[in-house]
Amino acid sequence: MKTKPFLLFVGPSIFVMLVFIAGPLITVFVQSFRQTQNVYETAEQEKCDPFGCKTTTVTVPKLDENGRAIRETRWVGLENYRIIFDWSRATAAFSESGRGYWSLINIPFWNALRFTLMFTLVTLPLVLGIGLVLAFSVNAILQSLRGPVIFVTLLPMIVTPVIGALSIRWLFIGDGIITAQLERLTGQNIAMFAQGWTIELLLYSYRIWHTVPFAFIIFYAALQTIQSEQIEAARIDGATRWQTIRSVIIPHLTPLLVFVGLIHLMDTYRAFDELVGLNAAAFRVSLQGLTYSFLTPDEAGNRSIGRASASAVLTIIGIILLLIVPLRNTWREQTQG
Amino acid sequence: MTSKLFRLPFSLRLTTWLVIGLWTVAALFPLLWMLVMSFKLPIDGFHPNPFVVMFGPQTLEVAGGLSIFNIALTAVVAYILLSVFAAREAWLERLGSTEEGTKPWVVVGFYLGFLLVAAFSLVFLVPWLSQLFNFLLGSIPVINTLVKPILGLTMQHYNAVWVDNAFYKYFINTLLVTLGVVSISLTLGTLAGYGLARTRTVWVFWILISVLILRALPASTIVAGYLSPFIEWGLYGKRIAVIIVLVAINQPFTVWMLRSFFMNIPAALDEAALVDGCNRLQAFWYVIMPIMWPGVITTGLFSFLLAYNDYLVSALLLDGETRTMVPAIMAYFNRETTTTDQLEAIAAAASITFPLFLLVLFFQKQIVSGLTQGAVKG
Repeated sequence: MKTKPFLLFVGPSIFVMLVFIAGPLITVFVQSFRQTQNVYETAEQEKCDPFGCKTTTVTVPKLDENGRAIRETRWVGLENYRIIFDWSRATAAFSESGRGYWSLINIPFWNALRFTLMFTLVTLPLVLGIGLVLAFSVNAILQSLRGPVIFVTLLPMIVTPVIGALSIRWLFIGDGIITAQLERLTGQNIAMFAQGWTIELLLYSYRIWHTVPFAFIIFYAALQTIQSEQIEAARIDGATRWQTIRSVIIPHLTPLLVFVGLIHLMDTYRAFDELVGLNAAAFRVSLQGLTYSFLTPDEAGNRSIGRASASAVLTIIGIILLLIVPLRNTWREQTQG
Repeated sequence: MTSKLFRLPFSLRLTTWLVIGLWTVAALFPLLWMLVMSFKLPIDGFHPNPFVVMFGPQTLEVAGGLSIFNIALTAVVAYILLSVFAAREAWLERLGSTEEGTKPWVVVGFYLGFLLVAAFSLVFLVPWLSQLFNFLLGSIPVINTLVKPILGLTMQHYNAVWVDNAFYKYFINTLLVTLGVVSISLTLGTLAGYGLARTRTVWVFWILISVLILRALPASTIVAGYLSPFIEWGLYGKRIAVIIVLVAINQPFTVWMLRSFFMNIPAALDEAALVDGCNRLQAFWYVIMPIMWPGVITTGLFSFLLAYNDYLVSALLLDGETRTMVPAIMAYFNRETTTTDQLEAIAAAASITFPLFLLVLFFQKQIVSGLTQGAVKG
């Protein structure tokens, strides 16, 4: 296609992506170095009590004509980042008075970082593994049964994440049916939402429940494309079932394992909806959840745009770092292959 | 065709069925349970005994329920509908196929007609027939057990959600936002996908790489950049704001998917059109698009899902009257909740999930092909 028609076709999309994605990214980057705060002024207040009147000077927010506090935005450099990292508390955690890791976790950012990283990395092999096993299993059953099985499998992926998390929550919270049965079996009182690690388990379960369908579909479709002759040839050569899987099927699937892994990393690092659905905010927060909390207005209606932007920038850096290794391998393969 | 199963040793066969069985239960159970609970009164809905929850004795006493006749009739109707649906390809052929494939409006008409017939039979025909038989058989001593309610069922939560709490307002908002996102996304995306599919310059490679990177960005980072300008320009709380952000977030994925669909259409087709004197736009519209519409539908599905299921963007940019359904349901939890409130939230959740259930039912093939498009082909 020549340049002019190319620009006509592709132009509008590129324009939208530049203005509405690249634009806000630049805005976020700039905003992360600024803070918007109330402007304060000193005023004299008169206080009268039975013993006489006294005048004192106090600092109060400046109000405009409508009686609302005036807010100004000023350049603060790395202040927002310092607030988020909370270096003094972080380093104090590892000094004599702190409790090391457990003190560090009390700082929201490090808590969110720890959770998001573990969430992403622990669920990854589980999703790939279960997806693979499921793909092999469905590949082995009757053709006519596969349609309904795939239908059922697609549902966890298509259902709204918030609602999927809610449905799992209703099974476990308070006297939810599964908690009730577990209590009956073990004879103990179980409160799944009273401590962090049980909520974290539920979060992992949700994410696996939600992502396995995607892995399954990709691997299953790939299994369909393996020529049966290759498998026959390997079997004729005397390979056992497992040797066939190891030397014929897995190499065929490896690029897809990487692909699904990549998508999983990208999507799980941004996890947020399931923490909302499982009401985990009291115990666990993800990096995106941290940004979200800065963006929600407080009682006065103010948002911490500066801190939200700094948190957003840190999240972006985190994703880039996370994706560099798998992407570099894929790049090498692409340019060499 | 003999299944591979017969060549497997018993242990592997058992494992296979175990895996599939466990997974099917795990996938369905949370959603099914949510559905079952939504039709019961709190006493039954939150009972620790699963059989009480399923059969709902208290609900039966207080609010009535389904009889064997009801269930049997619904099963028969459902079976008929599903059989027609399973054989839909044959039906479509009989109704109006030409050599180039079935015309789009025949397909749309068939599906719409199918939906209308299904809705009519399930919402009107079955209850009406039930009442009729209830009246006819109600007084005959032994047979009337067929028409006596045995499964507790109440619609009061759905009533409360949709009528009393005016949930339909949020539904309309979701519909508007979704429609806006899908139409704009597809328009821009088809043009860009076609352009990228038919060009071989190095620009394409770089654009695709940046598209991949953009897909990795979290929505909150983008919204953080939008909030201040939006508030200044008075766009906060307006649905158009959400549409803009969602279209932007969705663009990379849409362009990527449509490009891979366009790559599947042989270039010879539009080359022929060009030779015949069309310019690029005409070749695109008159020759490629008629063949392309299955791919457009698939991509549209994913755009729809993104907009419909969104929580973060809608929660940050909308509130009050313009709120969409998913943030609205979370608002249920921010109030003091009685068990009845909780069941109403469950009913709302089931209502939100129902269209998605239909989506997977009708468009399963497209969803699967959409997912595998970008992946298996690389």
